[in-house]
Amino acid sequence: MQYAILIYETPESFAGRANDDEYEPTLVAWRAYHKALVDAGIFVAGDPLLGPETATTIRIKGGQREIQDGPYANTKEQLAGFQILELPSLDAAIEWASRCPSAAIGAVEVRPLAPAVRDRVIR
Amino acid sequence: VTDHAGAARRVVEGVARQSYGRLVAYLAARTRDVAAAEDALGDALAAALTVWPRDGVPRSPEAWLLTTARNRLIDRARHVRVHADAEYTLQVLVSEPEEGMTERAVPDDRLKLLFVCAHPAIDPVSHTPLMLQTVLGLDAAAIARAFVVAPTTMGQRLVRAKAKIRDAGIAFEVPEAHELPLRLDAVLRAIYAAFGTGWEDVPHDDVRARDLVTEAIWLARVLLELLPDEPEVHGLLALMLYCHSRRAARRDRAGAFVPLSEQDPAAWDEAMILEAESELALASRAGRMGRFQLEAAIQSVHADRRRTDMTDWNAITTLYEGLVRIAPTLGAVVGRAAAVAEAMGAEAGLRLLLDPDDAAVATYQPYWAVRGHLLTQLGRTADARGAFERAIALADDPAVKRYLTRAME
Repeated sequence: MQYAILIYETPESFAGRANDDEYEPTLVAWRAYHKALVDAGIFVAGDPLLGPETATTIRIKGGQREIQDGPYANTKEQLAGFQILELPSLDAAIEWASRCPSAAIGAVEVRPLAPAVRDRVIR
Repeated sequence: VTDHAGAARRVVEGVARQSYGRLVAYLAARTRDVAAAEDALGDALAAALTVWPRDGVPRSPEAWLLTTARNRLIDRARHVRVHADAEYTLQVLVSEPEEGMTERAVPDDRLKLLFVCAHPAIDPVSHTPLMLQTVLGLDAAAIARAFVVAPTTMGQRLVRAKAKIRDAGIAFEVPEAHELPLRLDAVLRAIYAAFGTGWEDVPHDDVRARDLVTEAIWLARVLLELLPDEPEVHGLLALMLYCHSRRAARRDRAGAFVPLSEQDPAAWDEAMILEAESELALASRAGRMGRFQLEAAIQSVHADRRRTDMTDWNAITTLYEGLVRIAPTLGAVVGRAAAVAEAMGAEAGLRLLLDPDDAAVATYQPYWAVRGHLLTQLGRTADARGAFERAIALADDPAVKRYLTRAME
């Protein structure tokens, strides 16, 4: 099965990226984590995202485009990145999500992908 | 023909009672689809009621049911093959060697199923209902009655939990050693919740409530068979047996509630107490203390009253202190205060009770009952009355309400 690992971080954690000295230990942790995912042969895809201040939310209402500055959900912790991992079970996904450096400072959500829906879209 | 049908029906009921959880666990562990496994087994049991009276009861009824249920699952998966999960079911079931099931005993996957039911990714309110349904075969309506929720609410909870198990891909496996203590604790708590639901919340003369108590003890026995070396499993079984041994003594002839301190030990079930003692002794051999062993040890001190004619409140106080340290539940904190009051006086006990304005105690009936008793002993009659009134309002059992009303007056 494939699982999405959705990574949520605090504003402080986003801000920390700008300071090289402050961010270095986090990068070291991420490099090690990423290497472990690749070595285990479970890494499918993934990337970090820029902060929620760069987000734009779009809705079509009554045929009109409604564009709004900011992320979809107005919560303290914001989506900061994602990964797609190939794993045998939710339990394995929880194990790998627990090792994600952001789990200790923000929160990490685990969700299975929906291959049945994908197959209906991509025929 | 009627005799045949009757005999076959009894065999079907017997196999269903003994093997239901084992068969659901076997099928679900291979497909991760608990609901489909239950449906397929339900179909197989229905088929047995027609086929066995006609053709005779098969040599291995369990294997017959399993093969029939497995074929149902394969048929169903072929029908809905468009889905990726159906494809997975099909592959797993078809690759399973059939002779493996008919010749040997069905492998026991109930432990895996118990761990799935109490998985941290499942809403805790569903842990106990899932166990009662999947391992014991209780229907949603009966579970809903025991938990005093609407049948539709309970039905939805169970459906949602089973969909999560299937769709999120929860593993049917026994947790690894580093995870086992926490995961096992969730299983034990879910079993104890079934016991507590049968014990506390429903009036004691309710047959269904007593049934849930028996089912919880049965679940603990199943777990013990599968994990014979875990001291907390022995501890939980001992705890439930001690409490259950006093069942008959909790009511007098007129049906009035009799508190533990006023019970006649001659009315306790001696065989059950002896079994509890031996479970507790087995638990202590592992040298790993835990919450359920401590709670059982407290009940063991109470049980000693049948021999010594007195209760060693100092021993109970020490055990409660240990309990509050490792598992500071509200019940443990209130129990400690009551024990300290017996050992050292009401004043000392009252000091250990949480503040009455604490939100945690607002709806916890035993807190208000203990508070009422302690304030009465201290001569603070008006305050005691307020506490008893709250306890009476919070009690579900009419006999307990009557007892508290008498205590207040």
